[in-house]
Amino acid sequence: MSAVTQPGIDPAAGQPIGPGAEQDEILARVTQELQDKGFVLANVDKLVNWARTGSLWPMTFGLACCAVEMIHAYMSRYDLDRFGVVPRPSPRQSDVMIVAGTLTNKMAPAFRKVYDQMAEPRYVISMGSCANGGGYYHYSYAIVRGCDRVVPVDVYVPGCPPTAEALVYGILQLQKKIKRTGALWR
Amino acid sequence: MDQALKELAEHLRDQLGAKLTEAEVRLGELTITVQRDSIVEVLKSLRDDSNCMFHQLMDVCGVDYPDESPRFEIVYNLLSMTHNTRIRVKLRTDEDDPVPSVAGVFSTANWFEREIWDMYGVFFSDHPDLRRLLTDYGFEGHPLRKDFPLTGYVEVRYDDEQKRVVYEPVKLTQEFRNFDFESPWEGMERVVLPGDEKAEAEPEEEETEAS
Repeated sequence: MSAVTQPGIDPAAGQPIGPGAEQDEILARVTQELQDKGFVLANVDKLVNWARTGSLWPMTFGLACCAVEMIHAYMSRYDLDRFGVVPRPSPRQSDVMIVAGTLTNKMAPAFRKVYDQMAEPRYVISMGSCANGGGYYHYSYAIVRGCDRVVPVDVYVPGCPPTAEALVYGILQLQKKIKRTGALWR
Repeated sequence: MDQALKELAEHLRDQLGAKLTEAEVRLGELTITVQRDSIVEVLKSLRDDSNCMFHQLMDVCGVDYPDESPRFEIVYNLLSMTHNTRIRVKLRTDEDDPVPSVAGVFSTANWFEREIWDMYGVFFSDHPDLRRLLTDYGFEGHPLRKDFPLTGYVEVRYDDEQKRVVYEPVKLTQEFRNFDFESPWEGMERVVLPGDEKAEAEPEEEETEAS
């Protein structure tokens, strides 16, 4: 929420408010503004983007060993909950799909169906070599050579499997992308 | 261990008679080869005989020998918890000759046989539900046959106009390349590095002196 009357404060752009006295000063100014006028002016696009980046609910789509690293990212060490990333079991509730693992030909129609069921705006993170381009199984008779043959992908996370850290970085990259390109209408 | 297996092999020779074509103990493992049509009776007898008691069918698998006739080998691995013994039963077949299903003897064979049908195209007669197990719906061919191309025949893609996943003939931007994985160190066996000329000769002389 960037208060237009308060230049320099922009939590929506990911700039943290400085600690200590600086922060107190900013908060005091916003509070004063609220008490004075009863409202704060903010940029709608940025407000929406802030809300979207702050609650990226991923569709858990663990297909193979990458899913284990995805689970690590959710667990207490990396704790994706603190980014508002809460795994959902239903595509209807999710904003982003993390494709974690090998996508087979047999799975592809089901995979596309799940993607189609997600509400707009929707994003896809392709996690690991297999999802990115077939990886180890590139020449196999049963494998989709990259999940971008089936759905549009926003962020590719390389690795075999990528570390939990890499996935967290990928999610942060997606947040950046949403802030950069996201608008009320896509 | 070998002795027990040899005794078991003798016992099976007596019991199975002409159904058993070969019995061999090698590397501490007993392998018997049987007639294709008698596999149900053989497994039933291996399961129920008090000297065998092979109550568990651990695995059924197939092997493709493209140059031999008959082409396929079906391998049944059994475990006897009672006697702490394992046995391997083999039989040969080809594309046209069905193997009698043993799903009635070991229910676990149901899916094993479906998998073999899927991967090798070996037909199992009297199987309760012989469908493909692993490959895609409507898949054509049997991928573990040696003459099946690695990359198969079709690949999938989402078609934006038809709004569905479509199948197309495989089109690779780069062919599969087979790398030579032989270790670069293997060729170094007879190379004598400078300064090592006497290294190999010396220990032998010492040994002869000591003896």
